[in-house]
Amino acid sequence: MYSKEVMEHFQHPHNMGEIKNPDGVGTVGNPQCGDVMKIFIKVEKGKDGKERLKDIKVQTYGCVAALATSSMITDLAMGKTLDEALKISNKQIAEALKGLPPIKMHCSVLAADALHSAIEDYRKKGARRIQPKESKAKARR
Amino acid sequence: MKRIYLDHAATTAVAKEVFQAMQPFFSEKYGNASSLYSLGREAKEAIEDSRAIAAKVIGAEPREIIFTSGGSESDNMVLRGIPEAGDHIITSAFEHHAVLHTCQALEKEGVKVTYLPVTKDGFVRTEDVKKAITKNTKLISIMHANNEIGTIQPIAEIGKICRESGVLFHTDAVQTYGKIPIDIKNIDFLSASGHKLYGPKGIGCLYMKSGVSLKPLITGGSQEHKMRAGTENAAGIVGFGKASELAMKNMGKEAAYETKLRDMLIDDVLRIEDSWLNGSRKNRLPNNTNLGFDYIEGESIILHLDIKGIAASTGSACSSESLTPSHVLTAIGLSPVKAHGSLRMTLGKDNTKEEINYVLGVLPGIVENLRKISPMKLARR
Repeated sequence: MYSKEVMEHFQHPHNMGEIKNPDGVGTVGNPQCGDVMKIFIKVEKGKDGKERLKDIKVQTYGCVAALATSSMITDLAMGKTLDEALKISNKQIAEALKGLPPIKMHCSVLAADALHSAIEDYRKKGARRIQPKESKAKARR
Repeated sequence: MKRIYLDHAATTAVAKEVFQAMQPFFSEKYGNASSLYSLGREAKEAIEDSRAIAAKVIGAEPREIIFTSGGSESDNMVLRGIPEAGDHIITSAFEHHAVLHTCQALEKEGVKVTYLPVTKDGFVRTEDVKKAITKNTKLISIMHANNEIGTIQPIAEIGKICRESGVLFHTDAVQTYGKIPIDIKNIDFLSASGHKLYGPKGIGCLYMKSGVSLKPLITGGSQEHKMRAGTENAAGIVGFGKASELAMKNMGKEAAYETKLRDMLIDDVLRIEDSWLNGSRKNRLPNNTNLGFDYIEGESIILHLDIKGIAASTGSACSSESLTPSHVLTAIGLSPVKAHGSLRMTLGKDNTKEEINYVLGVLPGIVENLRKISPMKLARR
């Protein structure tokens, strides 16, 4: 029922855990339905002035598909700008995993929602806290 | 990698002796049991021998046994063959879907159905059965042992209540036929299946007490006393007979052996923090364990076990077609969250102590690893 890619991510999920002092956190899902995902992000501003996902970690409670999709989204989003990350759709996650059983498609929706909600959380908290990497050097000049 | 099979409540491997007994009935003794020549008579005789054995397992008369395609068909025969629109039937909230979904279909046809609640230990209360009976009650259907949590229902008492009230009583004995003794004195209908006791799939039987009747589900030829039309599945029936014979012979021995392994498994698994046993420990099938673990989900556990070569099933239905948690576990009062974290391991005659030790060696690590990545720290029972 599950693709090789799904089983690989399930068996060895990427970026599991939490980030201490994260810039944003997104929790989605409902334990009643058997799936909860909590995504932690760390954001940095690059030379181009764009905010990027420097680190992502996820904690997942759920079935095989929940674990695999949450692992996959951390791979897909790592290093992306926030705008790019927000464009990652659940369909992309499912495709990257070489498909999900129709009944498990909601797991990919959860994974995308969890990331979007972490980014929103970051933006709400005030993105201004994060300064461009080069700001100090520039100031010295 | 060696495989450890711990899902005997789902199905079992066909025993060698059973397979051998069946083999001639495919290409050599292939006659139609209704044919008058010797090839047909040979099949007929084999079928009747199996019927006598099946009857003996439960202390019935051979003519009270009707061969069917299995437990689901037997359940359907009774449920669809007795009540009519306006009639009332009683069942329990944690029956097998073969009974529950059929009852739901009957409701659409105008049959009134009472679904009795069960205790948190996993039993139907006989007082509830008594109270639910009305003047329109035609049939009561309560399973002998629950397929998920293995609790053995008080069917002798329920049968007595039915008899005193003049209501027909059916029990789905798919998990118990040939495994534990069954007293059919006050039972009118009983469903049994071959593949749960080292017989083939696609064969089972319905015990129907002489003197009672029902409207057949499958009409056509006059096979099976006109109760179930269709050319008899001679090979399957012979397999069912052989499996029944072996089960009868080994019943006590196997039950004692499996009980020992079961208790070893339960005691050791319960040492894992935040774990529990679903269903009563007393009055439980010798081969059934159903354990719950906080903070993690059942499907992930069973697929990690699968990677280690262990075949088990989840109490939650997440791995199958439906995402809703097990109706059995919610019926015994588990919250959906608790119900999602369940693991059913059901033992068989060929499991060994070494196998159970292997399972006990890998399971705690699987639970721990899944908990490490789970955000669910505050789930409470």
